[in-house]
Amino acid sequence: MRLIAVWCPDFPAVAAAHAGGHDARSPVAVTDSNKIVVCTASARAHGVRRGQRLREAQTLCPDLVVVSADGERDAAAIEPVAAAVEEVVAGVEILRPGLLVLAASGPARYYGSEEAAAERLVDAVEATGVDSVQVGIADTVFAATVAAHHGLLVPPGTTPEFLAPLGIRVLDQPSEPRARWPEFLDLLSRLGIRTLGEFAALPVSDVSTRFGPQGTVAHQRARGADEHAPHRRTPPADLSVHEEFDPALERVDVAAFAAKRLGEQLHGELAGRGLVCTRLAIRATTELGAQRERIWRCAEPLTVAGMVDRVRWQLDGWLRVSGPGALGSGITVLHLEPTEVLAGTALQLDLLTNSTESDAAERAGRAMVRVQGILGADGVQLPLLGGGRTPQDAATLVPWGDARDPDPRAELPWPGRMLPPTPTTLVPGKPVAGLFADDGSPVRVVRSALNAPPATVQLTGFPRRRVLAWGPVWPLWQQFWSPEVEQVSFRLQLTCDTTGEDGELAVLLGGDGQRWWLDGIYQ
Amino acid sequence: MSEPLPVLAGVRPASSEDVAGSVLPVAPVIRPVLPWPGLRRGATITVSSMALLFTLLAPVTAAGGWAAVVGMPTVSVVAAAEAGVVVERMPLVPRPGDALGAVVDALVDGMDVVAVAGLIGLRPQEIRKVTARARQRGTVLMSVHAQDRWPGADLELRLAGGRWRGLGAGHGHLLAREVEVRASGRGAAARPRSTSALLPGPGGLVAEATVTWGRGAAAVVGPGCA
Repeated sequence: MRLIAVWCPDFPAVAAAHAGGHDARSPVAVTDSNKIVVCTASARAHGVRRGQRLREAQTLCPDLVVVSADGERDAAAIEPVAAAVEEVVAGVEILRPGLLVLAASGPARYYGSEEAAAERLVDAVEATGVDSVQVGIADTVFAATVAAHHGLLVPPGTTPEFLAPLGIRVLDQPSEPRARWPEFLDLLSRLGIRTLGEFAALPVSDVSTRFGPQGTVAHQRARGADEHAPHRRTPPADLSVHEEFDPALERVDVAAFAAKRLGEQLHGELAGRGLVCTRLAIRATTELGAQRERIWRCAEPLTVAGMVDRVRWQLDGWLRVSGPGALGSGITVLHLEPTEVLAGTALQLDLLTNSTESDAAERAGRAMVRVQGILGADGVQLPLLGGGRTPQDAATLVPWGDARDPDPRAELPWPGRMLPPTPTTLVPGKPVAGLFADDGSPVRVVRSALNAPPATVQLTGFPRRRVLAWGPVWPLWQQFWSPEVEQVSFRLQLTCDTTGEDGELAVLLGGDGQRWWLDGIYQ
Repeated sequence: MSEPLPVLAGVRPASSEDVAGSVLPVAPVIRPVLPWPGLRRGATITVSSMALLFTLLAPVTAAGGWAAVVGMPTVSVVAAAEAGVVVERMPLVPRPGDALGAVVDALVDGMDVVAVAGLIGLRPQEIRKVTARARQRGTVLMSVHAQDRWPGADLELRLAGGRWRGLGAGHGHLLAREVEVRASGRGAAARPRSTSALLPGPGGLVAEATVTWGRGAAAVVGPGCA
C-alpha cells in the first residue's frame, strides 16, 4: 500500500516557539525532565541534540529559549495543519503532532501523479504558516516517515532497497516510548549490525526468538513489511463509545474530564474482550450540526493514558482553534471508535484491567501456555463457531494464541443442515454400520427413501440392536463443483434399545445409498 | 440455605453450611440432585454422559469461567454450544497422550473446571496428586466416561432410563430425551438422589444460547411432530 507521510520538522519546537511569541528560526528547545526532546534547526546548528542534558545544551547555546514539553500545545498546533491537508486529501491520520500519514493511491490518481499530490500537500501545509514541511512516499508507514525525513519519493516496490543502506538508528522514532530503543540499537551495533539491510537479512525466526516483540517489529520495519499486519483486524462495530453533552462542551478543562471518562470506558471495553487499539477515530458533532473526524494511529497499542491523552489533545485542538477551521459552536456529541485493534494476547498483562473476568482469562491463558509447553502449540485448541451444513464443518479449532477471525459464514443460512440437538460425539473414520430389515436383508436408500423399514442395527463392536424409531432420510448435497467430494450422501437418525440402565441409544448414521456408517452419537 | 429446592420425595434439602462463594453456578435441572448449592469448588465428580457434561459446563462458562476438556477428540463443539456452553472459554486438549497427568496438573492451576476422559487410566499416585491439587486450587475435576467407576470421587452423576422424543417410524426427528439424573457419592452425597430432566431439551438445552446451529425451540417442534 502506497503511503504519503507529511512531516513538519521539529514540530513541537516550532509550535512552542509560535505559542511563546518567538521566531521559529531562533534557537528554541523543548525539554522533558531536563533533557532535550526537540529543538529548532538554528539550535541544532549550535550543537544542541535530542537526548542532550539541558545544562549541556545551554552551555553550547547560551541564548537558547527553553520550553517544557506539552502534548496539548502540540496537538492544538497540528489541528490546523491536519485540516489544511484534509482540504487537499481525505482520510488523514495523525501519527504524532508533526507527522501525518495518508494513503497515496487516491490523491495520486486525482492529481495526476504522486509528485503532483505531494506538491499540493506542501502548498496546503505552508499556507497555514508552517514554514518547513517535507513529504515522503513509500510502501510502509515507517519507510514513508523516513522518506519524508529525506524528502524522497520511493518508487513502488523498491522500499526494501531504499531502507537497506540506512543506519539502524532510524528505527528509533520519537513517537514511541523512548527508553527501550537505545538499548536495543546498542546491542545490534555491538553485534556488528550497522544498517537496516544487514538487520533485514537475518532470518525472522531467529530475530523473534532472540529479541522478542521489539526485535520483530524492528525487523518488519527494516524489511519494509507492514508492522502487525498478520494479527490486525477491523473491530466489531459495537466497540465504539459515545457521549452526549448538554450543555455543549466549550471549555478545554471540561473537555479534559470528558476525554478521561470516555477514554477509560473504551479502554475497559476493549480490555474486556482481550483487545487493544492501534488506530482511534475521534468524531465530534457540534451544536450547529457540523461534524469533524480525526484518526490517530499509533505504532504501539494505546494504553489507558495514551488513549485519554489523544482524546484530550484532539478536543483541545478543536476547541482552541480560531479562524477558518474553527468549530463555531460547542461539541454536543463525542464518539470514539477503535478502527483497528490487535488481539491482546501478545501484550503485557498490565494492559488488561483488574476485573475478575480478565483475571480468569489470564490464569487460564497461563495454564494453556504451560500445556502448549508440554504438547506443542497445536496441543491446546479453542473452538470457533462458524458456518457449515455438518457439525464437523460448523466449528473450527484454532490453536490457543493464534488469531481468531470470526467466521463470516456463521451468519449465512445453511439449507439442509440438521436441526438441533446435534450429536454430542462425532465419530471419525466412518466405521461401518449395518442396517437390516425384518427379514434380515440390508436396508438401502432408493430414490431418497429407505427401501424397507429398519428392524435391527449393527454398530461396530456391539451386538445387533433392535431399532425403536427412525426418521426420514436427510439428503446432504455438498460441493457439487468438486469431483473429489462425494456429492450426495444421506443422514439418518435412529434410536435403538440397549441392555444397560442408560435407556435408549440415539445415533446418527451417514450413508451413500449402498452402505451405512456411524456419524455421531447422542450420548 | 434459604432457597427452596424442587420437591422430590425422600430428599432432604442441601447442606445448610455456608458455602457461598465456594461453589460454581449450576443449571436448575441438576441442582436437585447435588448435595451442595452449586458445584463445590475442589470437588471430584464422575459424569457418565456428554449431554450431562455440557449441562454442567454451560452455567460455569456463561458466568465467565473457563472449562478445559481433555482427551476427548470426538467432542462436538456445536452440541456444546447448543447446550449453552460458551465455547470460546472451553479449550480442548484432544490428545494428551502419555502426558495426561502433567497436562491435567497444569490445567488445574488455571481453569475452573477440568473435564477429563480416561483419568482412571492414570497411576494411583498421579490421581491422588491431581485431586489434591484440584482441592487446593478450588478447581472442579470431572472424569467423563460411561464405563469409568471412580471410587474416590465426591459425586457420581449418571443418566438412566433415557427415552427419546420426536422420532417415529420413518418420520420426525430427535427432539429431546426424557431421562433420570442419578447422583450418589461420599459424605454429603452418600444418600442417593435422582430427578427427571430433559437432556438435551428441545433445541439443545438453553434456548437463547444456541449460537448459530440451533434455530430455537419454536422452530423445532413444528416439522418434528408433523
